[in-house]
Amino acid sequence: MKADLLARLQSARAAGRPVALLTRLSDGAQHLHPEDAAPTPLPAPLTEAAEAALAADRAANVEHDGAAWFIQPHNPPLRLIVVGAVHVAQALVPMARGLGFAVVVVDPRRAFATEERFGAGVTLVDEWPDEAMERLAPDSRTAVVTLTHDPKLDDPALEVALRSPAFYIGALGSRRTHAKRLDRLAGAGLTPEQTARIAAPVGLSINAVTAPEIALSVMAEIVAKRRGAALAERA
Amino acid sequence: MSDQEDILATAAGWLAEGETVALATVVETWGSSPRPAGSQLAVTAGGRLAGSVSGGCIEGAVADAARKTMETGAPQLLDFGISDERAWEVGLACGGKLKVFVEKLA
Repeated sequence: MKADLLARLQSARAAGRPVALLTRLSDGAQHLHPEDAAPTPLPAPLTEAAEAALAADRAANVEHDGAAWFIQPHNPPLRLIVVGAVHVAQALVPMARGLGFAVVVVDPRRAFATEERFGAGVTLVDEWPDEAMERLAPDSRTAVVTLTHDPKLDDPALEVALRSPAFYIGALGSRRTHAKRLDRLAGAGLTPEQTARIAAPVGLSINAVTAPEIALSVMAEIVAKRRGAALAERA
Repeated sequence: MSDQEDILATAAGWLAEGETVALATVVETWGSSPRPAGSQLAVTAGGRLAGSVSGGCIEGAVADAARKTMETGAPQLLDFGISDERAWEVGLACGGKLKVFVEKLA
């Protein structure tokens, strides 16, 4: 790979622009999609394969014109929005970062969302959850987890998340807490189909007790959802 | 595809330090290969390594090939698998097969 191509690839990644690197395996010729399209347009089948690799977030091999091409997608990192800078969040955040997520912690209670508690490398937001969520605009590469136990904070965040294409929405709290939550969300105009997206009680059922164990169960469920694993129905 | 280790950033850093660097990328896997396509290993002429292309079975062989690519500048497509003599030598115990593309950063 030419150094200038590596530099352009890295600057696209740093800016969060989705790009795909195409390599012809016979001679190492390379093309950065879509940025290189202007000087040298790619043949349509390769452009389509690059877009498909980005959409699936999975590397691909394509034959074109008798040559084998390898396509490596570079999507911006998956995002995890954590509502509630609580004890469980302190275990969840480093684990999520280790799994490659860009993490945002939302909590308007300023004593909680501090760099001292979460370290650098995490985005801390002290707006109200509904404002923060509207601004953060969860997309299909975003997971949202609410942890505050406080309906004033969790519910507005969930209302925004449930109207977004977030790929995972989880809410901490017991079955009883969740039943009450569903009543409140119904009162706020959300349909049962919408609220059925909420993973609650949050996380895989591994009898988690401690904060790190709860974090593990949550991240395991998020990874499973992301990777399309077959999971048992919640009991 | 996100990975905690940013191999490209490490490789770019080494390049900026004036090192000769080769990049190995898993381009195709069959069977029980431990690392998915897209996994990368960066190697310097001085022997620094970052990342991985297997569970450790073929890194040595890939690093050897990388040295050759660093000398000649020519990329290589390496095949590892149970039907490949070299795989027996380096011990691809998992029984998987994979192809690794090796290129020089220049």
